[in-house]
Amino acid sequence: MDCIIIDDEKMARVIIKTLCNQVNTLNLVDEFSNAMQAIKFLNSNSIDLIFLDIHMPDFNGLDFIKTLKNPPKIILTTSDPKFAIEAFEYDFIVDYLLKPVVLSRFKKAIVKAEKYQTTKIAENNLKINNASDLEIKNDFYVNIDRRLIKIDLPSIYLIEAKGDYIHIKTEDKNYVVHSTLKKIEEKLPDSLFLKVHRSYVINVKKIIDIEDNSVLIKKDVIPVSRSNRPELMKRLDLL
Amino acid sequence: MEKPNLNYVDELARGDMSVRKILIDVIKEEFPEEKKNYYKSLEEKDYKKIEENVHGIKHKISILGLEKSYETANIFEHNLREHSLVGFKDFDKILIVISDYIETI
Repeated sequence: MDCIIIDDEKMARVIIKTLCNQVNTLNLVDEFSNAMQAIKFLNSNSIDLIFLDIHMPDFNGLDFIKTLKNPPKIILTTSDPKFAIEAFEYDFIVDYLLKPVVLSRFKKAIVKAEKYQTTKIAENNLKINNASDLEIKNDFYVNIDRRLIKIDLPSIYLIEAKGDYIHIKTEDKNYVVHSTLKKIEEKLPDSLFLKVHRSYVINVKKIIDIEDNSVLIKKDVIPVSRSNRPELMKRLDLL
Repeated sequence: MEKPNLNYVDELARGDMSVRKILIDVIKEEFPEEKKNYYKSLEEKDYKKIEENVHGIKHKISILGLEKSYETANIFEHNLREHSLVGFKDFDKILIVISDYIETI
């Protein structure tokens, strides 16, 4: 695994570097004394694993994590475990190491990271396969009044859950289907659609504007829940 | 008061004297600078900076095997978050012990 170290303290970097040299599967690519340098590096380089110090002056590890669009696996390094708790809401954080780090514990964290990598590769392959299926299909059929009606996927701009039904809104026509948002979500390509609220899935390509906690799609103003907002922001091509 | 040791450094170096030297050199290089920054922030009564400096020094305390001192530093760091300097004298003693020790390694 290609990895980097981010820690403001030289001693901490030297320790992790020493430990990396003692594990054959690790290739230490670079080390950074502050998060901003690392962000610049990650803009043009791809790596598998980051050893990240949480407690750094000015721009700390948690601030850094929030800037990552395609985060690699992260192992946190900290003198204080309570700083690590907040970070564990992110699924790409595979472990945390208490300073001073010892080899036996370090190796355990690497095993976790390797397992995580295997799982993620399998998941990504599955996603790629599903995406390929959808690319071939590009549409799906819904059952309305015993008729199977074909709907072109890119034409859908909004799907709304209302009781036992979902309302599918397309460029030309709206459909009411007896189904659940969860079921239809499984058939939609992740590249186009995003759940922004427990009752709404939107086509991100059709967004006109975003204001505070809502998005405008066609003439519909759709609420965006707090928990879904970060994912929505990630999906936008911001200047 | 407990005495510093290089057990952790030796464990990490696994008999490689060049690695041992690198680790000791970094302690000798970084600790005086951290100590200087700590006293500067203390003079300025900049609690955030004092806390950051104490946090950094804590790592050296643990590397040198000073377990009780580490707890003392933890309490001081916590007090600093509350803008209290209670514990600074004890922390001072730790810094003196480490300063004396690194002269010998």
